[in-house]
Amino acid sequence: MKIRLENVVKTFETFRAVKDVSLDIGSGELVALLGPSGSGKTTILRMVAGLEYSDGGHIYFGDQDATDIPVRDRGVGFVFQHYALFPHMTVADNIAFGMKVSKVKRDKAAIDARVTELLRLVRLEGLGDRFPAQISGGQRQRVALARALAVDPKVLLLDEPFGALDANVRRDLRRWLREIHSELGITTLFVTHDQEEALDLADRVVILKDGQIVQQGTPEAVCRDPQSAFVMKFLGDANVIAADVRDGRAYAGDVCVDAAGVADGRAELYARPSDLDWSHDGPGIAATISRVLDRADGRRVLATTAAGEALEFDVEPERLVKAGEAGFVTLRRAKVFAV
Amino acid sequence: MRRRNVLPGLPLSLGVTLFYVGLIVVLPLAALVIKAASLGPADYWQIVSSPRAVASYRVTVLSALGATAFNLFFGLALAWVVTRYRFPGRRIVDAMVDLPFALPTAVAGIALTALFANNGWFGSVLEGYGIKVAYTPLGIMIAMCFTSLPFIVRTVQPVLEDLDPALEEAAQSLGGSDWTIFAKVILPLLAPALLAGVSLSFARCLGEFGAIIFIAGNQPMSTEITALLIFIRLEEYDYQAAAAIASVLLLTAFFMLGVTNWLQARALRYTVKG
Amino acid sequence: MSTLSTRKKPPRVGDNPLFRRTLIGVVLALVAFVIVAPLIIIGVEAFAKGWATYRDTIIHPDTLHAVMLTVLAALIAVPVNTAFGIAAAWAITKFDFWGKRFLLVVIEIPFSVSPIVAGVAYLFVYGLQGLFGPLLDAWDIKILFAIPGIIIASMFVTAPFVARELIPLMQAQGRDLEEAATSLGASGFRTFLSVTLPNVKWALLYGVILCNARVMGEFGAVSVVSGNIRGQTNTLPLHIELLYHDYQAAGAFASASILALIAVFTIIAKVALERQGAGRVRKTANPAEKTS
Repeated sequence: MKIRLENVVKTFETFRAVKDVSLDIGSGELVALLGPSGSGKTTILRMVAGLEYSDGGHIYFGDQDATDIPVRDRGVGFVFQHYALFPHMTVADNIAFGMKVSKVKRDKAAIDARVTELLRLVRLEGLGDRFPAQISGGQRQRVALARALAVDPKVLLLDEPFGALDANVRRDLRRWLREIHSELGITTLFVTHDQEEALDLADRVVILKDGQIVQQGTPEAVCRDPQSAFVMKFLGDANVIAADVRDGRAYAGDVCVDAAGVADGRAELYARPSDLDWSHDGPGIAATISRVLDRADGRRVLATTAAGEALEFDVEPERLVKAGEAGFVTLRRAKVFAV
Repeated sequence: MRRRNVLPGLPLSLGVTLFYVGLIVVLPLAALVIKAASLGPADYWQIVSSPRAVASYRVTVLSALGATAFNLFFGLALAWVVTRYRFPGRRIVDAMVDLPFALPTAVAGIALTALFANNGWFGSVLEGYGIKVAYTPLGIMIAMCFTSLPFIVRTVQPVLEDLDPALEEAAQSLGGSDWTIFAKVILPLLAPALLAGVSLSFARCLGEFGAIIFIAGNQPMSTEITALLIFIRLEEYDYQAAAAIASVLLLTAFFMLGVTNWLQARALRYTVKG
Repeated sequence: MSTLSTRKKPPRVGDNPLFRRTLIGVVLALVAFVIVAPLIIIGVEAFAKGWATYRDTIIHPDTLHAVMLTVLAALIAVPVNTAFGIAAAWAITKFDFWGKRFLLVVIEIPFSVSPIVAGVAYLFVYGLQGLFGPLLDAWDIKILFAIPGIIIASMFVTAPFVARELIPLMQAQGRDLEEAATSLGASGFRTFLSVTLPNVKWALLYGVILCNARVMGEFGAVSVVSGNIRGQTNTLPLHIELLYHDYQAAGAFASASILALIAVFTIIAKVALERQGAGRVRKTANPAEKTS
């Protein structure tokens, strides 16, 4: 089932949460809505579900305009951040809920069979008689997913599904969700503020800021080619170095970086910690090491440039560097954005 | 596991509490129980099971059941309306729910009597339909309704207010109709609090005195509540009978207290998450 | 273009307009009949025989005496029960000891017991046929059928009120702040006054106001222990009953109007205090702590 959002707008009182968003999601795609708090990502998800009404624009499921269809008739499966499992029902009853209330009548045997099948799918066999309060957070989220899948949704929507869980559990569930998606092939849209999660899981990442899409593409595309300082900073650690652009090249210290398409004048170089290195004699950007932090797999150097910028980068464990040392920071690659 | 009480003031505060509770609460009730027990089983049973006493139990309990049943629906509807809908005067209605709690029972008694007497505002209208309220068990029920309404509303309200909207949204996304969601998701979650409120309300009805005796008619065997029977025995200087029947009310109150506490503990079961 | 701009939020359960309006209508009607009407009729009946009768009832010595007695009972019972409530709340919420839960139940007892039973129980302690009866008689101390009896019976009935408001709140607030204060050297009283009290002041005030309303309105227990002596041991509620049975309905309602006014002020105060956070332990705003 493909989904299309066309010029969708949502305003809460005086706050414009979503400003003119248009998005196409292909059938069977796993798309991440990624952005900081307040970027509008959850609002968009809820509008696709029908849990919020848009103030403008349209939402299409396939060829059908679903904008006015109430949530209970949209055929979406929604997984909430805090699971929203019915506390007074067992795991099995939670999963069976959608089937029991649906207009399509199924007999008890069919429902039980499907519940068992879903419990197997989410690897919770045997836990059907437990209550939500008796299982762990990670297990609850799997039950929530099973419950959403039980009604054969056309679209699966997940709102920060792993946000309330520990880091380890998050990682495991991430892999597991990817497997489920491969197995079932349902069009899936999920919301997260964790860039690692988005990059790990999604076929396509849609990055949002202040209610608008700032960049979208495959994980590879957005990582290798961030198109704004915001995306650069959001996707990972970034060092910022002041530079001047002249004729499509940016200059900082002894360093010169290609800056095609950037206007002349002041600009900033953005470089990942892994793209910087330290050299005793140049060429590079003059800097002094302020601290060296030892890690298990290397050494992290904190340096300050002559211009006062704080830089962080990693060197191999054997490298002899110490605080107070003066030298040069070299650049393997960097992106240039105008100020 | 060591449990050391770190903060100061335990001896003083606990001492004061125990002294006060002992003197004001335990002592009188113990005296009552002793007095009732001093009767000896045969006499005690004879008084407690006398036709007039039994009639008073029947009147009191049946009226309490009727009032509580009515308040169950009325209280739930009130809590629902005040919590989930917006309409002009909502805040005032919410505050008015406490009037029966704040208004002296005797004041409520004469007011209700004035309303439901044959020539009263409501009484005269109901009279036209052949319904008599004043001086009948129906009057007792209405007085009980008035005084115990806040208990159900105020017990259900917090639970309704704190109901996680995500639960309703989840049920909607799974395709449930309004009625199904109410019956299968909302009501079960309200049930423990509702039951606790019902039990509290019922207990209050059993013990009510001031609001009832003006409207009730107080006819022995037909419209006499147990509390009044006790009072009458006192006026007759029949202290033994008064003690015996009062002990019945007391035991019932203890029992209801236990039931209510148990139900309230169960009500917390869904809100205290593991 | 669809009809989007007119809708705000998708309908929740029970938002069907017809259902909603009907339910609101029914509830409002019932509230008007069951709760508002009694209040109104008090005012109407009080002035049924005119302003002169109203005034005469109010300033009649028996009425004034009843008012004074009621106020006196409140002036004594409320502070005592407040002190008790504070002590009990402190003991129960800041410490762990054996029998704590039992103590909690015992404190709740007056709330569930019929006021008549309470009155009778007091009879059997301080009355002639009671435990202390002969002793009091020997020393010529009158408790029952005199003012002291009225006051302590009122104290029984309203004992739990302040404690009930404080205990859940103080329990939810925990002990951290008090432990911090104690570790800094503060004494018990100091800790209570500077740390605990500011956090519970609205709930405390709320409990005091409810306690006061109940003391002033107490009827059943006081009926038993007061002796009903007009002009001497009648509280205002008893005075109302007296007038009513004397076929002085207007006078009864006039006296009732005083108490009704106090009830209305109590409700207004309650609403104002609830805005400040009293009356109900607020659940935490963090949804992660709520659902499973």
